[in-house]
Amino acid sequence: MNPALTELERLFPPGRLLHKPGELVPYESDALTAFRARPLAVVLPESHAEVQAAVRWCAKHQIPYVARGSGTSLSGGSLPIDGGLLIGLNRMNRLLRLDPVERIAVVQPGFINLQVSNAAAPYGLYYAPDPSSQPVSTIGGNLAFNSGGAHCLKYGMTSNHVLAAKVVLPDGETVELGSESLENTGPDWLGLFAGSEGLLGIATEITLRLLPKPETYHTVLAAYDSLAKAGEAVAAVVASGLLPGAMEIMDSLAIEAAEAAVKAGYPLEARALLIVELEGETPQVEAEARYLEEVIQKSGAYEVRVARSNEERLKIWKGRKAAFSAVGRLSPDYIVQDGVVPRSRLGQALQAIEELSARYSLRVANVFHAGDGNLHPLILYNGRLEGELHRAEELAGEILKLCVALGGSITGEHGVGMEKKAYMTEMFREADLAAMQRIRLALDPQELANRGKMFPGETPAQSFHGAHPLEKAGVISRE
Amino acid sequence: MSAPPLQPTSAAEVQEAVRTHRRLLPRGGGSKPALSWPHEGQTVLDLSGLSGVLEYDPGEYVFVARAGTRLAEVEALLAQHGQYLPFDPPLVAQGATLGGTVAAGLSGPMRQRYGGVRDFILGVQFVDGEGQLVRGGGKVVKNAAGFDLPKLMVGSLGRLGILTEVAFKVFPAPKATATLLLDFPGLEGALEALYRLAGSPIELYALDLQPPGTLVLRLGGLPEALPARLEGLQAFLGRGGEPLSGEAETAYWRSLNELNLGEGALVKVALTARRIPALEQALGQAPRRYLSAGNLLYLAWNAELKALDTILQAQGLSGLVLKGATHRPQIGIDLGQVMGHKVTKALDPQGKFAQEPYAAQD
Ligand SMILES: Cc1cc2nc3c(=O)[nH]c(=O)nc-3n(C[C@H](O)[C@H](O)[C@H](O)COP(=O)(O)OP(=O)(O)OC[C@H]3O[C@@H](n4cnc5c(N)ncnc54)[C@H](O)[C@@H]3O)c2cc1C
Repeated sequence: MNPALTELERLFPPGRLLHKPGELVPYESDALTAFRARPLAVVLPESHAEVQAAVRWCAKHQIPYVARGSGTSLSGGSLPIDGGLLIGLNRMNRLLRLDPVERIAVVQPGFINLQVSNAAAPYGLYYAPDPSSQPVSTIGGNLAFNSGGAHCLKYGMTSNHVLAAKVVLPDGETVELGSESLENTGPDWLGLFAGSEGLLGIATEITLRLLPKPETYHTVLAAYDSLAKAGEAVAAVVASGLLPGAMEIMDSLAIEAAEAAVKAGYPLEARALLIVELEGETPQVEAEARYLEEVIQKSGAYEVRVARSNEERLKIWKGRKAAFSAVGRLSPDYIVQDGVVPRSRLGQALQAIEELSARYSLRVANVFHAGDGNLHPLILYNGRLEGELHRAEELAGEILKLCVALGGSITGEHGVGMEKKAYMTEMFREADLAAMQRIRLALDPQELANRGKMFPGETPAQSFHGAHPLEKAGVISRE
Repeated sequence: MSAPPLQPTSAAEVQEAVRTHRRLLPRGGGSKPALSWPHEGQTVLDLSGLSGVLEYDPGEYVFVARAGTRLAEVEALLAQHGQYLPFDPPLVAQGATLGGTVAAGLSGPMRQRYGGVRDFILGVQFVDGEGQLVRGGGKVVKNAAGFDLPKLMVGSLGRLGILTEVAFKVFPAPKATATLLLDFPGLEGALEALYRLAGSPIELYALDLQPPGTLVLRLGGLPEALPARLEGLQAFLGRGGEPLSGEAETAYWRSLNELNLGEGALVKVALTARRIPALEQALGQAPRRYLSAGNLLYLAWNAELKALDTILQAQGLSGLVLKGATHRPQIGIDLGQVMGHKVTKALDPQGKFAQEPYAAQD
């Protein structure tokens, strides 16, 4: 046996050190299953000290490592490194402290997103960032990827809701970033750590901010005979001075799929559906609803429904939330993209995606966070057909370039990871990337932490492996 | 003696200044003199000439401006389109600039509703310690590509780079506002109400505590809904308080924006409401105000800063002197940690932006 492994055996008991090929299989890829790599070993620490010991072991033997929460990254972020160590954090899944008075939750990194809101619910509080993977994704993964959800425009991403973190740096040192206060009197080191995709260290304890639940929701579903009209409606809502909690659009392919899957009662013949949700104090929401009604009337919607009860509201959202996995039923495989465009370019971007879809002879379904211009085109393909995966990847790349050309970004919430690192140069100049790289090297001169991710460089070939095991099981769906 | 200030009017001139000078201290509008007062050997880089809004599309809720642009100019432009800076930066009339606000990391009372300056910055362009022009973030409201350099620059005090351009998210301004002043017999009652409000679904634009026992609450939204909401708020608290509206209300908050709290140094402290009782015991007569449900304290300190430093240390808090005679604006507990030191050296290897030359520090 590798002498370094023998040393690792002294640090982790047998059940928490995996190195037999069979044990490693479940860790070989994340939710971007087209990438696959076999780590040397997997360790499952149960404490900060054990994470630190694992990282120190890596530093000593110069073995690269990847931290992993639930492995739901859609960009290859938690893809292991061939011959590297995988540090699985799922066992560090305790809620350490919930203080309803201070509205704070302190969790271990493997704690599941949705469980934060569940734990806070009895106190009328919730945790705002709501990625669709929230029933399974971990707070550690959310923090590393600065994950978003349907409510980002108004309330921000993960980074806006994390107050403090205890972090093991790549050399094994521990730092505490942030504090319980929303304010700070020096550089925002925690802000830098959030979204650093596992390159700057491993968070072992995370302090979250909880918000009071809104008093009322007002959820509107509007049907249109064209995608462009739905896009214009979003612009009109914005122009009216309203700030809805969520604005989501689905196109006909997505509607059809969602309807078949969960029977949300959507108008089937619609070419586009717009969901707008207002939330807040009742008198304010009631007044806003009157303005919203006017705007939607004028926007050319041919059918408008307002949720009259919480059940109706949840039904509207159910279709939306299920749309991605539902699209999976229309096609054996699909790639989810995550580009962002300025809101005013939504129509243009959707038009261009339609043209690309025709050119590549691949169907593309659109379900997206219209309020913040975050597109999620789903490129449908069949991995068993020679060359289709490759065509789908090329189409995905064209969409990313399009987003940048329109003044947007290559990723709104799924991160760069392995998948999009080649496109970083579309968005950033050499000097920008060099500065980021200098920051990284200052903390990790050997590039041990998540080596090969985020920064442009060689991308391994993708190959066809089918859906994420959790998706196949219907536990999670992509959004 | 320090050299006279340099006055660059372009990012290229800032790069040139960084390349040709040993030690530099950026200054925006000079509204926070404790942060722009040069040490021996530092040349001041006056960025007020690097001014102007470059892009603004109200439909995107985004604007991009040069770092030396005054907040007053930005706010006037946004107001024409019914929008505002939700983090409510202070010292607008004193000439504060966007860059200085970011570097000092300053927000005001209305940060209570949607967040502080760190929650609204989207993109930055800055010159690092080697004279390289670096961009981070983007110009769209949502973006997860690359390290979040924009957030890192918040509170960086000019020590990680010289900001030349910033991009911000903005929001529609509330169409109407109303304020309620509530006097409680003492701190205890006021704090209890503060906690109840902060944990309730009542959406306040401001939730301030004016010691010893006054809460100042600001509601915002559609005018037709305000009376009912104000009544709801009064019912929730079980007391009427003193409502302010119209011009008197606007004037009240405008005057508070100047942070003219009293004689002496102006200091910002980051904290949580839990710390207030002990702090109230320690701070004596110093005029002060707690903002955003007790997350932010501004105070006037008319005695030795050393004494305040000691108090903050004892409470485990950190402070930042904005106005007052000091070469050490960061007081209270030392926030330094190894990640910070290493990243600082990565962006400024020669210590061009450091308070003291690197050699003198070690
Ligand atoms: C069906 C589906 C739906 C999704 N919906 C959304 C969505 O709506 N919005 C959204 O933003 N994303 C979404 N995602 C993407 C994904 O769920 C998020 O990126 C999530 O935050 C990953 O969490 P995880 O626990 O699975 O992390 P992993 O995939 O295990 O890890 C993600 C990254 O974080 C790093 N990491 C993990 N833990 C730590 C730690 N403690 N410290 C430091 N680094 C760490 C890893 O190294 C890796 O780089 C979705 C994914 C799927 C499969």
